[in-house]
Amino acid sequence: MTPHNDRSILLDARAFARALQRMAVEITELAPDADQLVLIGIQRRGVELAERLAQLIEKDEGVTIPRGALDITLYRDDLETVGPKPVIGETRIPGDLTGRHVVIVDDVLYTGRTVRAALDELADFGRPRRISLCVLVDRGGRELPIAADVVGKAVKTGPRDRVDVGVQELDGKDEVTVRRGGQA
Amino acid sequence: MTGLGKDLVGLEHLSPEQIRLILDTAEPFKEVSERPIKKVPALRGKTIVNLFFEASTRTRISFEFAEKRLSADTVNVAASGSSVSKGETLVDTARNLEAMRIDMVVIRHGSSGAAQFLGSRIRSNVVNAGDGKHEHPTQGLLDLLTIRDRHGRIEGLKVCLVGDILHSRVARSNLWGLTKLGAEVGVCGPRTLLPRGIEELGVQVFDRIEQAIEWADVLNVLRLQLERMESGFIPSLREYYRVFGVTAERLAAARRDLTIMHPGPMNRGVEIDSRVADGPHSVILDQVTNGVAIRMAVLYLLAGGKPELADAAKRAGGAE
Repeated sequence: MTPHNDRSILLDARAFARALQRMAVEITELAPDADQLVLIGIQRRGVELAERLAQLIEKDEGVTIPRGALDITLYRDDLETVGPKPVIGETRIPGDLTGRHVVIVDDVLYTGRTVRAALDELADFGRPRRISLCVLVDRGGRELPIAADVVGKAVKTGPRDRVDVGVQELDGKDEVTVRRGGQA
Repeated sequence: MTGLGKDLVGLEHLSPEQIRLILDTAEPFKEVSERPIKKVPALRGKTIVNLFFEASTRTRISFEFAEKRLSADTVNVAASGSSVSKGETLVDTARNLEAMRIDMVVIRHGSSGAAQFLGSRIRSNVVNAGDGKHEHPTQGLLDLLTIRDRHGRIEGLKVCLVGDILHSRVARSNLWGLTKLGAEVGVCGPRTLLPRGIEELGVQVFDRIEQAIEWADVLNVLRLQLERMESGFIPSLREYYRVFGVTAERLAAARRDLTIMHPGPMNRGVEIDSRVADGPHSVILDQVTNGVAIRMAVLYLLAGGKPELADAAKRAGGAE
């Protein structure tokens, strides 16, 4: 077992808030016509992050940002490893995505397989003009040619490390921690 | 016990947790059928054979939609016009199919125990789509889901099955599922069509439909198979309707609104009044809609779920 003192805080609540604020600005810079934006959070914590980012953009830009939720479980490439009790979350897409600028929001970007699945799933809901990717933490370790457009915090990790994101709504506080698992 | 194991033969051997897992997994699949593109790739590359030795329209089509909406490849085999009509045994038929590298078999058969028999002899997953008088588990599950949708719970509800309990695999699956999830179950029908000693299972028996209506929150009205009259279980269809028919007048006398269910196909004017079947408290078409979601959930859970692989995947790295 990994001893607990290997766990360090990557973002505390204040740094978390600053990262979100900066990410919101970067999203609007990415999308000059903010009224075309749709924020889609990936279940679970991406949904909360998308909600917060949408509120921040709405405050700054004075427009309403539609948001949705995407569960990619049924689009995974590893059904047989999903486990005996897969929990499939809600998928909620706000209207037709054709012609919109969709921003996928997730907590952690790692292998890229989740994003690959999300891209496939979004294609079944229409043909967005553009899809961008926004993540709170980019931990490296990509297995697919996928890159984020907006990143809250980048950190180098190994395959045995764990990155855990907590959000106020689900976990009681905003915090990102890294637990080092030692040499692989 | 987690997951569902290899086969779904009946609800008798499932735990309440496993039944709840199937119902909870069905919820997100309802939404898939409302999408502009009603398809997810979860079972891409899996081959499923629908092996129907008995006539079926609703169940076969429902399974087929479920399979196609999960992106599985499907083949339908009906007993007539196949090698079965040339005298091939069930196991030989299945082994030949398996030699063509299939992944799952959905079987409907006239003999009780056929699904269990097949499941123990082939490697593919087997789903029982109705075997003789034994069970029809996906029907039982979709009935549970429909009741839960309507009432928000199953525990503590009073559900009465009306009609031919003796010959009904739907009744049997309902009995197992409802009692495991904590509902009170009643049955109502002519004594000739009730299994002897059913009271000993903790089931309320009503000889009069009026009493059943007075007692129940939900009536699940079973189909009266017309050949029961020829074999002497009931005197005539008209008499059956007069004594046991679920009519608008009888329901109007009840103190509360009852939810009305029927597994189909209905005999209007025999077991159920058209005004009831098409009335505001009928959830008969919701049952059909839920049937696709339940079958998607069952196929998905049987296809996945290798616990050791899941644990390995989880160890490999935290959130994403």
